Amino acid sequence: MLPAQRKYKMMSRFILPLIFLLAPLSLLLALLIGSVSLDNSAVWDALWGDKTGLAAVVVLDLRLPRALAAFATGGLLALAGTLMQVLLRNPLADPYILGVSGGAAVGALLSMLLGLGSGWLMGNAFAGALLSVLLVFGLAHGRGVWTATRLLLTGVVVAAGWGAVISFVLAISPERNLHSMLFWLMGDLGHAPPPLTGLLVLVLGLLACLPLARDLNVLTRGELAASALGVPVPRLRLMLYVIASLLTATAVTIAGSVGFVGLVIPHLLRLLGITDHRRLLPAAVFSGGSLLVLADTVARSALAPQQLPVGVITAFLGVPLFLYLLHRRGARV
Amino acid sequence: MNDTLLSARQLRVEIGDIRVCDNLNLDLRAGQNWGLLGVNGVGKTTLLHTLAGLRLPASGQVMLIDRPIVNLSRRDVARQLGVLFQGEADDFPGTVLETALMGRHPFLGRWQWEGEKDRALARAALRDVGLDGLEQRQVSTLSGGEARRLALAALLTQNPRLLLLDEPTNHLDPHHQIHLLGLLGQRVTHADCGLLMILHDINLASRFCDHLVLLFGDGENLCGPVSEVLNTENLTRLYGHPVIAVEGAGRVVYLPE
Repeated sequence: MLPAQRKYKMMSRFILPLIFLLAPLSLLLALLIGSVSLDNSAVWDALWGDKTGLAAVVVLDLRLPRALAAFATGGLLALAGTLMQVLLRNPLADPYILGVSGGAAVGALLSMLLGLGSGWLMGNAFAGALLSVLLVFGLAHGRGVWTATRLLLTGVVVAAGWGAVISFVLAISPERNLHSMLFWLMGDLGHAPPPLTGLLVLVLGLLACLPLARDLNVLTRGELAASALGVPVPRLRLMLYVIASLLTATAVTIAGSVGFVGLVIPHLLRLLGITDHRRLLPAAVFSGGSLLVLADTVARSALAPQQLPVGVITAFLGVPLFLYLLHRRGARV
Repeated sequence: MNDTLLSARQLRVEIGDIRVCDNLNLDLRAGQNWGLLGVNGVGKTTLLHTLAGLRLPASGQVMLIDRPIVNLSRRDVARQLGVLFQGEADDFPGTVLETALMGRHPFLGRWQWEGEKDRALARAALRDVGLDGLEQRQVSTLSGGEARRLALAALLTQNPRLLLLDEPTNHLDPHHQIHLLGLLGQRVTHADCGLLMILHDINLASRFCDHLVLLFGDGENLCGPVSEVLNTENLTRLYGHPVIAVEGAGRVVYLPE
């Protein structure tokens, strides 16, 4: 083995524990940083001791639920993105490519236009996402064969259709609604629901995918090749589609369409040498979750008291990181 | 003991408007090397995929060791039958060793990881095809010929009794062509295996195969031992181009005129 290859292998062995370590660190950081400045001991007390004072309210009622919601959303998107890329056999696919977020956005924006409460908004966003999933599946299934290209084209066109509806709703909405609509479209955790459901879906989603991980490895070689190696491809594809769609629908319901995480996290991990899905799937959950926790911490504290949509920050953080890794890998390989 | 690995009965295969074969019957036994010849677009790959159970025939039946292949799960098929495809995707990164190890997929349980035995098989296969030392290389950096040999190594790691190969000599230089076909031939003789491969080189077919399937187009086909099937008359009809036989270096060589 060449020295460079040995180094590469060593590196990929250390990356995984590092990623798992990043999750508690990012959560801790999210508890410490915010517009009300709290020192370490105050946060510690709020977590493990005194549950009454202002610190406890800030940490337990505001920062912790929001940080956990961010973690759940990021994990869901990164996991869904990984699955979607294998399903469509296209490394450029993201969780939104098949129109799930478009459907959710239409549901959410119409609820805002009609002035419905946040419970209705979430219900309608989730319903819109599911409607889009069924629509794309039905149209792509059609009479013919269910190929990755056909699914991709159907999804992209349906997503474009949702895009037009979104623009229409934005155009006819009164100005006072536009700000919250744009925040929803860019992704924002300011109105996230309690994090329990999201975390539960994330755990269940990961548990459902892990037994399929080696099948996913084989599927990256092509559908025929996977079939010849004993993978029941049509069933696997259906499972991937359903799981990835539900994960995405949950994520957009929590935080709107946060961009970038679902596309870049899987890529970034593959660039770092984690190509085996048995490692990649959990790594995607943890790094996607951590990235969004960090991004959200920046989003609510950088220009405090003004809050920024978290989707903007994920791109600000992710784009340079990704380009740097891509550039470095280009130099090495 | 019945040593028939694969048989086709009254097989009719169609793709679009093209009739690939009609009433095709063959029995591929252990120890046999079959070649599949025909012009471009006649449906050789389609027939190979049908024999592998990857697509359904229009009518007739394919049997894998006494059982209809359609009744078997893909996993059960993959434990007996391996396929080398014309080309495989490398859109996703991965190392040479990881790719070769995919051949073990049908033998591993859902939660099982590849063990030392699996890795030893993969390393031996990589050595056989001359890719030892490249285990940690990214597949996307391989040349066409190396990628071909890697696909073959994955198939050898799978180690099935029956091998179906779609143009195994594609992208290979003459040395690797002879070396690898020789390697496959040895496996067939010594390891109780059988193989069927699509070839475009008549002389490789006459050197390494003992049986042939000729696809003439429009569903017409001829299956049988090389001694009965391989002659200038059939080849001229097969390729729609005059083929002559030249004797030299102790064997008969076929040349397009």
